[in-house]
Amino acid sequence: MNRRHAPTTESEQSISPNRSGTSTLDRRDFLTVLGGGLLICFTHTSTWAQESGRAFGGHELPKELSAWLHIAADGRVKVFTGKVEVGQNIRTSLAQLVAEELRVPFDTITMVMGDTDLTPWDMGTFGSRTTPTMGPQLRTMAAAARQMLIEVAAERWHVAPAGLSSAEGKVTDPLNSRSLAYGEITRGKELVKTVSNAESLTAVTQWKIAGAAVPKAEGRDFVTGKHKYPSDISLPEMMFGAVLRPDGFNATFVSVDTGITEKLPGVKLVRDGDFVGVVAPDAFTAQHALSTIQARWDVPAQPSNQGLFAYLKNNPETDQGDGPEHVSGSVTQAMAAADLKLEEQYTVAYIAHAPLEPRAAVAEWTDGKLTVWTGTQRPFGVRDELMQAFHLPSAQVRVIQPDMGSGYGGKHTGEAAIEAARLAKAAGKPVKVVWSRSEEFTWAYLRPAGLIEIKAGARRDGTLVAWEHHNYNSGPAAIGTPYNVANQLIEYHAAKTPLRQGSYRGLASTANHFARESHMDGMAHIAGMDPLEFRLKNLTDSRLQAVFQAAATKFSWGRLKSTPERGFGFAGGVDKGGYVATCAEVEIDPATKRVRIRRVIQAWDCGAIVNPDGLRNQLVGAIVQGIGGALFERILFANGRILNPHFAQYRVPRFSDTPQIEIVLVNRKDLPSAGAGETGLVGLAPAVGNAIFAASGIRLPKMPMAPQSGVPGEPSFRS
Amino acid sequence: MSDFDLNVNGAHLRVSAPSEETLLSVLRNRLNLTGTKYGCGEGQCGACTVLLDGRATRSCLVSVESAANAKIVTIEGLEQDGKLSPVQQAFLDEGAFQCGYCTSGMILGATSLLHEQHNPTEEQIVEAMEGHICRCGTYPRIVDAVKQASRLLAQGVGQ
Repeated sequence: MNRRHAPTTESEQSISPNRSGTSTLDRRDFLTVLGGGLLICFTHTSTWAQESGRAFGGHELPKELSAWLHIAADGRVKVFTGKVEVGQNIRTSLAQLVAEELRVPFDTITMVMGDTDLTPWDMGTFGSRTTPTMGPQLRTMAAAARQMLIEVAAERWHVAPAGLSSAEGKVTDPLNSRSLAYGEITRGKELVKTVSNAESLTAVTQWKIAGAAVPKAEGRDFVTGKHKYPSDISLPEMMFGAVLRPDGFNATFVSVDTGITEKLPGVKLVRDGDFVGVVAPDAFTAQHALSTIQARWDVPAQPSNQGLFAYLKNNPETDQGDGPEHVSGSVTQAMAAADLKLEEQYTVAYIAHAPLEPRAAVAEWTDGKLTVWTGTQRPFGVRDELMQAFHLPSAQVRVIQPDMGSGYGGKHTGEAAIEAARLAKAAGKPVKVVWSRSEEFTWAYLRPAGLIEIKAGARRDGTLVAWEHHNYNSGPAAIGTPYNVANQLIEYHAAKTPLRQGSYRGLASTANHFARESHMDGMAHIAGMDPLEFRLKNLTDSRLQAVFQAAATKFSWGRLKSTPERGFGFAGGVDKGGYVATCAEVEIDPATKRVRIRRVIQAWDCGAIVNPDGLRNQLVGAIVQGIGGALFERILFANGRILNPHFAQYRVPRFSDTPQIEIVLVNRKDLPSAGAGETGLVGLAPAVGNAIFAASGIRLPKMPMAPQSGVPGEPSFRS
Repeated sequence: MSDFDLNVNGAHLRVSAPSEETLLSVLRNRLNLTGTKYGCGEGQCGACTVLLDGRATRSCLVSVESAANAKIVTIEGLEQDGKLSPVQQAFLDEGAFQCGYCTSGMILGATSLLHEQHNPTEEQIVEAMEGHICRCGTYPRIVDAVKQASRLLAQGVGQ
């Protein structure tokens, strides 16, 4: 069991929702359960309202009071958030923000995260929303707590609060040379406060703990193997489950023979319609039992990679409203009058998240209550799925998310949680389900494939006059151009996807940036201008200009001349509050046409930096992950089957693919902090494509650009 | 089911398992040594790496039967008297992880490399570690951590 996530009586009850929506919590209940601690509550605030702009699945935002922060008598601070830690380092960065506002040492804070019984409702950890929404939320709570502690100390000392200060977990009265530890204050007189959003926050320029390169919280547990990931959770009497998978997508049962399986000692067969699973005392036996099931499926004919992009364009999803559209002026007229014109189709393959920890869950039923430990970016979303699957009220389902082996947008759903719960219910014992790698490749969801068509026109001097951008299926994220163009037609077209698709780190921002920044490069070329100069000529966004200049300077952009063997490329953009510029140097072997990325410089601005070390780690990681989608990652499929569901067939970036990477951080302490988990990914692919073009004169308008050779119809470039 | 005597992290452990069950499965599911991770079950990702007689080995490709005569070291066995091994310390100092799921395998892979090659070049590190996937893309820091561990070993730290 993971002690960090074990329930404690105090907090388990302290966040019991009050559905009345007013501040009428039973004060006595609080005081009883908290044992003299300090509890901070708040009412509906604008921070939530921001997230509500994208309310998920019609979920109403909570109006009940919820607990965010608790200071125990010993001074230990517990912070409660429904966000989850998946490697992006928010367990550390959020704790830094709280420590800063509360004036306590960093290591007095324990973050309680992603536990539906302990933490306030949260939509999920995606969209780079933690830093810009949960950050201010927790800062506000901590600032309110600090102020209240000062007020209580002032009352006790019979002095004015204005003369007191707080630091290092203590309130100090400098005139009388005395101080009280926070724990002593909370033990003396219990307090409940309703917090508005008007608390004054510490100016970023005054930050001491926030803004610093604090090492990963509990980092030692990750180098000793002590940290318990979802797939590591073990319960007394736990059994192991496995689920029968169809032969392909949209398959229907023809027949199933479980005669051998049912005779295996200790094995329980679970059959419920098309769901067939087994439970066994150990994982080996469960897998063996599964292999004894003789099933026949009817798999219908389905689309394949061949003709995919025409399929996406010709099969619009009519049920789904199209995404944001930008229309201004007349693209038709402007194109007719333009001196320089370029038209191109860009394609993006389906790719897999392939988190190194596949989907996993341990489910336990106790007196009708279901508890599931699982790896998910949406613990409350998975709770909803379980409530629906088992017809349970929310109080009867608890989802706990131990910090997991990442997700990259791929773990929004609760498949393994439902399977484990189903099997555990049938077995009458806790059950663990861990997906195999090929299950993860096949039965999870993928980053959408897409077709992007761009037409652009410019005057002879390089001034853009027309921009038409259509994205079929890939998604609307960052579809709008940051460049100044008077006449625009930009449209996302939802399509019927032949494969299951969903979220991914950066969403369609990568695809739309790849197409746009490749096209900008092509436009610069026909205008006879330097690609950076061409961009700057059409750009007035000062933050984007600043990262463009910062990256170019560090890369020595203006002094580098591409040759057939060595190309230099530039790309950039903005999404989710992150501004990025990426310069790439690629090497092309003249004989084999093998492409190697040798050097990447990336400049980045996401407002005030909360933790520069964690930020650099995220940005380098985004670049490395981006190499896969840029050069070689792609799902191959035909007739309802994934053809490359193994790491031996689906190539992901490895040590030898990694270039020299330098990050240039632009720290805008005057601006709110934005998230940094995603947009660092979007510059790499177009920068590399533009570098290949600079070297060879060949535009590769597709991701991946250089998949391994051996596939008919591929150009001569190899990764 | 057969009984096997395993030497894991210096301890003699008796375990009952089918002889063809993988060492990875036995470590994780029967001995609750969950620091060793499942990533692919096919020897393609390195997450399950342990030391068998000092050499980095994919525990998903080794049966418990064939591991019965070897000295097995898992991530749980590197710390000595509360002191991290030089490789563990270097990974911690360099912050060479994000989600950390690959870290156990990386550390054991690096431990094996540094045992054979005390002062590897960057190229040697990349070549030796190529079979390990870090899906978070922390490779540059991992290379730095291996170099740092090499320096710590040269200074006799942790020996």
